[in-house]
Amino acid sequence: MAKTKVLERKPLTPMEKTFLPQIVSGLKTTFGTMMQKDVTLQYPEERPNIPDNYRGVPTLVKDPNGREKCVSCQLCEFVCPPKAIRMTPGGIDAEADPERAHVEKAPKEFDINMLRCIYCGLCQEVCPEEAIFLQDVFSLSGYSREEMINNKEKLYELGGTLPDQHSKWDKKKAAEQSGNAH
Amino acid sequence: MELLDAFLPYLLPIVYAVAMISVFMGLCSYSVLAERKVCSWIQGRVGPNRTRVPLLGHIPILGNLLTGLGIFQPAADGLKFLFKEEIVPGHVNKFYYMLAPVLALAPALTTMVVLPFGRYVDADGITQPLVLANVDLGMLIILGISSLGVYGIVLAGWASNSKYPFLGGIRASAQMISYELAMGLALLPVFMWAATPGSDYGMSLFGAVQSQQTLWLFIWQPLSALIFLVALFAETNRLPFDMAESETDLVGGFHTEYGCFKFGLFFVAEYAHVIMGSALFVLLFLGGWNFLPGLADPWGESLIGTLLSIAWFTTKVFFMIFFFIWMRWTLPRFRYDQVMSLGWKILLPLAVGNLVFNTIIIALYDTFTR
Repeated sequence: MAKTKVLERKPLTPMEKTFLPQIVSGLKTTFGTMMQKDVTLQYPEERPNIPDNYRGVPTLVKDPNGREKCVSCQLCEFVCPPKAIRMTPGGIDAEADPERAHVEKAPKEFDINMLRCIYCGLCQEVCPEEAIFLQDVFSLSGYSREEMINNKEKLYELGGTLPDQHSKWDKKKAAEQSGNAH
Repeated sequence: MELLDAFLPYLLPIVYAVAMISVFMGLCSYSVLAERKVCSWIQGRVGPNRTRVPLLGHIPILGNLLTGLGIFQPAADGLKFLFKEEIVPGHVNKFYYMLAPVLALAPALTTMVVLPFGRYVDADGITQPLVLANVDLGMLIILGISSLGVYGIVLAGWASNSKYPFLGGIRASAQMISYELAMGLALLPVFMWAATPGSDYGMSLFGAVQSQQTLWLFIWQPLSALIFLVALFAETNRLPFDMAESETDLVGGFHTEYGCFKFGLFFVAEYAHVIMGSALFVLLFLGGWNFLPGLADPWGESLIGTLLSIAWFTTKVFFMIFFFIWMRWTLPRFRYDQVMSLGWKILLPLAVGNLVFNTIIIALYDTFTR
């Protein structure tokens, strides 16, 4: 049995028994808080500071050169616990990006159903290309179920460009130029 | 013209009464706003700051300021109450259910008839009160009629035919009865001092104010003031004595089954009681429109002096309203048995003791000075 220690309490003084000093000190406290700055954030106009590792809406990002990073390996689709991600792999247009065409794939379609998404971040964790990130978007609304499915265009729009730590295409080019292609 | 002269004595009181009711109702709605604003400041929030009326709300700087202070909010609140769907639950006694809010509000508005709110100096150089009806028994009328407000609450609790309102109504009536006694007894010494034998004023509030020209009764009769203040909080059903509502254990108390404008009437009645109570406390203990203790009446005899006396009186009333609100957001609610024991075991004996003490003092004073 855990030992309990009974704290000795001082008996109340006659003045304290009237509760008046306590009421006065309470009034002082509330008046003090009244003078303090409000903590309210005027939400739609003012937005909270979102920390970097916040798990918001999953988004697709591009590398600093504007290339799609996703190679449609479908790992995120398989790992997604609520099966929110649906992806159709496709090729890269050879005319638009001859360098990457026939080397990598890119998603033809990429849908994330935000009604299913549980913001667990497993897709971000599993992605070998660091192409999918849960960023700072936290308020999501729509009038229909269809609207709540983010398609590829929307995902890239939300994701934007993030700084790339690996820049594999730049490294590949540099290696080719120095005659050390592989 | 002669016709007008003939009707003027009848017309003028009506005009005055309508003017006073308008001002009073305006004060009620703005004390609701004050309640919301002060509450939010005390809790570190902002409070209502979005309601904006066209034109006035779009004046460059002033409009934003007024909107931020929530000045237009009462209009939105009132409109909301007016345009909500009138829901009458099926299980209520319809007639009494409808009657209750009216009965709650009417006494609160009636008492202002005898409430002096300023003074003027008439042609003969005699100071007169600005009041709708200057009667000798002003204080008795206020005590008598304002207590009738509890009937509205009891009736609401009973007519709602539902257990929480019922409990609220019972609590309200028990509380009113308990604190009425202490309140009346706390006032007796005040009038014993204020209305000395041979004075013209009797129980009128004007007399009480005039007697405080040198010393406010709050300083002179602190115990009476304290008992009266506590009883006032209980009579107005304000925290820490809002037994009748007590959201945590009674849902909404007596107005649980009420919605839309009927609830609005209860709401206005509560604030009308608060304003009346504040005004009463100012008149009786804080010197009414007297400037400061020892510095009675620097206002002068002109119209400006009259207006200044009204302004000073309203300033004090506003402070008291603020005090009511401030108290509400400071103290937690008493338990029901604590309220009862405070009323019967502490305040009532104290008030009786205070009365006896003052009676002896007055008797001694009269014996040795005459």
